[in-house]
Amino acid sequence: MKRRKVDLAQAPVTFAKGVDERYKAATPLRGLLNKVFPDHWSFLLGEIALFSFIILLLTGTFLTLFFDPSMKEVVYDGAYPALRGVPMSAAYESTLRLSFEVRGGLFLRQMHHWAALLFVAAIVVHMARIFFTGAFRKPREANWAIGVLLFLLGFLAGFTGYSLPDDGLSGTGLRIASAIMLSIPVAGTWISASIFGGEFPGHLIIGRFYIAHVLLIPAALLALISIHVGLVFVQKHTQWPGPGRTNTNVVGERMFPRYALKQGGFFMAVFGTVALMAGLFQINPIWLFGPYRASEVSSASQPDWYVMFMDGLVRLMPNWQIYIPIGEGYSIPPLFWPAVVGLGALTTIPMFYPWIEARRTKDKSIHNLLQRPRDNPERTGIGAMAFTFFIVATLSGGNDVIADKFHISLNAMTWAGRIGLLIGPPLAYFISVRICLGLQQHDRQVLAHGVETGIIRRLPNGQFIEVHQPLGPVDDHGHPIPLEYGGWVVPKKMNRVGALAPAIKGFFFPVEKPAEAPVSPGMPPVTAAEEREEITSGR
Amino acid sequence: MTTMHDETEPVDVSDPRLTRFDIVKEGARRDEIEIVTYESQFHGTDSKAEKRVARNIALLFLLAGAAGLAFLGFYIWWPWEFELGDTLSDYYTPLLGISLAIALFGIGFAILAWAKKLLPHEVSIQQRHNGGSPAEQQTITGQTMLFVGEELGQGVQRRPLLKGAIAVGLAPLGLAVAAPLIGGLIENPHKDDPPFMFSTGYNPAHNGGKPVRLTREDGSPIRPDDVSTGGQMTVFPGIPGGATNEWADSPTLLIHLRPDDAALTRANANADPRNKDSMWGDYVAYSKICTHAGCPASLYEQQTNRLLCPCHQSQFLITRNAQPIFGPATRRLPMLPLTVDDEGFFVAVRDYKDTVGPDFWERP
Repeated sequence: MKRRKVDLAQAPVTFAKGVDERYKAATPLRGLLNKVFPDHWSFLLGEIALFSFIILLLTGTFLTLFFDPSMKEVVYDGAYPALRGVPMSAAYESTLRLSFEVRGGLFLRQMHHWAALLFVAAIVVHMARIFFTGAFRKPREANWAIGVLLFLLGFLAGFTGYSLPDDGLSGTGLRIASAIMLSIPVAGTWISASIFGGEFPGHLIIGRFYIAHVLLIPAALLALISIHVGLVFVQKHTQWPGPGRTNTNVVGERMFPRYALKQGGFFMAVFGTVALMAGLFQINPIWLFGPYRASEVSSASQPDWYVMFMDGLVRLMPNWQIYIPIGEGYSIPPLFWPAVVGLGALTTIPMFYPWIEARRTKDKSIHNLLQRPRDNPERTGIGAMAFTFFIVATLSGGNDVIADKFHISLNAMTWAGRIGLLIGPPLAYFISVRICLGLQQHDRQVLAHGVETGIIRRLPNGQFIEVHQPLGPVDDHGHPIPLEYGGWVVPKKMNRVGALAPAIKGFFFPVEKPAEAPVSPGMPPVTAAEEREEITSGR
Repeated sequence: MTTMHDETEPVDVSDPRLTRFDIVKEGARRDEIEIVTYESQFHGTDSKAEKRVARNIALLFLLAGAAGLAFLGFYIWWPWEFELGDTLSDYYTPLLGISLAIALFGIGFAILAWAKKLLPHEVSIQQRHNGGSPAEQQTITGQTMLFVGEELGQGVQRRPLLKGAIAVGLAPLGLAVAAPLIGGLIENPHKDDPPFMFSTGYNPAHNGGKPVRLTREDGSPIRPDDVSTGGQMTVFPGIPGGATNEWADSPTLLIHLRPDDAALTRANANADPRNKDSMWGDYVAYSKICTHAGCPASLYEQQTNRLLCPCHQSQFLITRNAQPIFGPATRRLPMLPLTVDDEGFFVAVRDYKDTVGPDFWERP
């Protein structure tokens, strides 16, 4: 009998052929392997959010295996002595058990919480990058709106998760949430009663928030993230302007091997950062807060950082109540304006910004090249305005802590917040627009006259002039021919055009280094002219 | 630069003289990609620099492995069960975090160094096609869609009976699908008598019609002597479960005022029709639930006679019917009418007259 020869080297080929015969995968797979991505550090901010989300799914699944989303009252008899004998909800009890009596449970709980904070933080910074560079312009308006929705979902996911342990802080948060629902005109009491299943707190809210937190919101997040990333794939990533970069191409690296490898390494680094924070920095030590009791609260009760802006707005709102003297009388409490109208407006109006800007500028063309923030001062000013508003509101969310630590009057902090919220944003707009215009002007100055060399020359008539190094060709008189602004970094120091060798060598990069074009390697943005004019010293 | 890829001729991939990279380049060309640079970062093969980079990457991988082992070791053998005081178990979570982070950073930086230092530098240019599909395609798809619409639409237009039938048929079905999903959730806040928003545990209805005692958290009743002058105490309705979250609107602050403050408070209370005769001696009781967002307004400033809510810093003046004097709250804290029963314990004369807790639309 002749032995059948198995050629091991051919096995993968046979397998691949078999797959292709069935699924016709060869052409699309090649397209995927070859897809070119532009490279810049700021394009990785969204990845941090994506990677945090993956960590959240992994750690969150672990937590569900131990958490009991029930408000049934039990008496604690666990490992933490200070709470033994205290009646509490099963949700709080199981969270304590998870923290003290499950091996590594506290570590994974803290990892989940830190990853959640990082998730929302990365979303905010990523949105800032998209906004300030104009990456939301046609054809990417819808993806910007999806991104704003993702922030809102992240906010809700964070709030529901914060409420689940049923500790002193999360119960206080729920109480405020119930008050916010109650403040809605006409339907307020019905909404609150329906969500809590009767009077606050009832017996249902933890179970309802649990299913929202572990199923409904993550499912929506997952679906929207898939669409978000899918659209980036289909529409191809935007890129910075630079040599060889046009509105109709993508300059960068193919996805495989280098780009994908870098993404993998970056994921591990993000994962490592979250692990380090979870190990070293305590977060939400619920055993110190005790179970939720309607009669107890401690000072410095703070929500997670991304809810603080709303808490701050609620604190700053003056006590203006609207009374409607019809029948027995109706009222709209002041809580309604910052918490319902404010949150609604702050999360929906930004969604429409791409269309608002396109309408204002009557711009219907497609943009695949990014803008430097200085090149669109109005937009940069609006962004600065939004962030100033956000920062003042967020600081006001912790104004009692600031007042306490810095020995400032609490009422003065409130008034500072109220005034700051009104005059801060316009001031930020004005200042940032001026800075943008100044930077623009300086860029054009350098392009027209060259780089300042720091060399002062005395002319025969006694006049002193500074010698400029032209960046491009010069005319017959030796004056530089003005260059057009290309939308990217203009070198402004002699070191940046290669006049001096790097001053420091060693572990850290040299202090001055030629401005790198926003492409990873190889392509210097400004090729130093070969026949550069020699600088004549003034000696 | 944009037309460069058009100038090169298609390559016959079966040509045996082609290198693998030639075929890769041809594949890229078919994906409209021009590989402009793809060159090693090192001079020559086996250069010293390359060996050094490879060594460093190997070292990072080994570090990751060692840290991973350390993580496992800590996870399994380090004492982790909670004990009071300074014990080794305090370091369990930090050690897990540090070792796992070192392992992950090791892998991460090894991969990053591999990609950034070892793999050749690359610049590729891919064409993108802005705008929509070719006009002809747009026309065809548009006409197809219009055709579909017309087929269905005309059908309805020619048969008006269908139009009504569809509307009448579909609308109830939509409601029928939505109703069981949402309907079960709806709770009528007004169904109790009195509705829960307007009553607390001090309502005699919860105590068989008898006035409700003020009790401590453990349910024990309170005599006037139990609260010293200038002191305060959180009290709960003396009904079963009165101190639990079942009665989240009932926590009340019982304050024993100093005589001169008490006189001022009494004068102000008696001048107010709703708070008239609600104090007992120098004692006054206010709802602890803030009228702004429902947090307990529990910071009692003895010197200034203010109550401060730590959530949003509303401040209430105790001597003036707990009127809000700063912050976002608009409404004063309701006063609980107090007296002392035959046995000498505090009782609530009746429930709060004003609504307790955060404001809402239909509060009269």
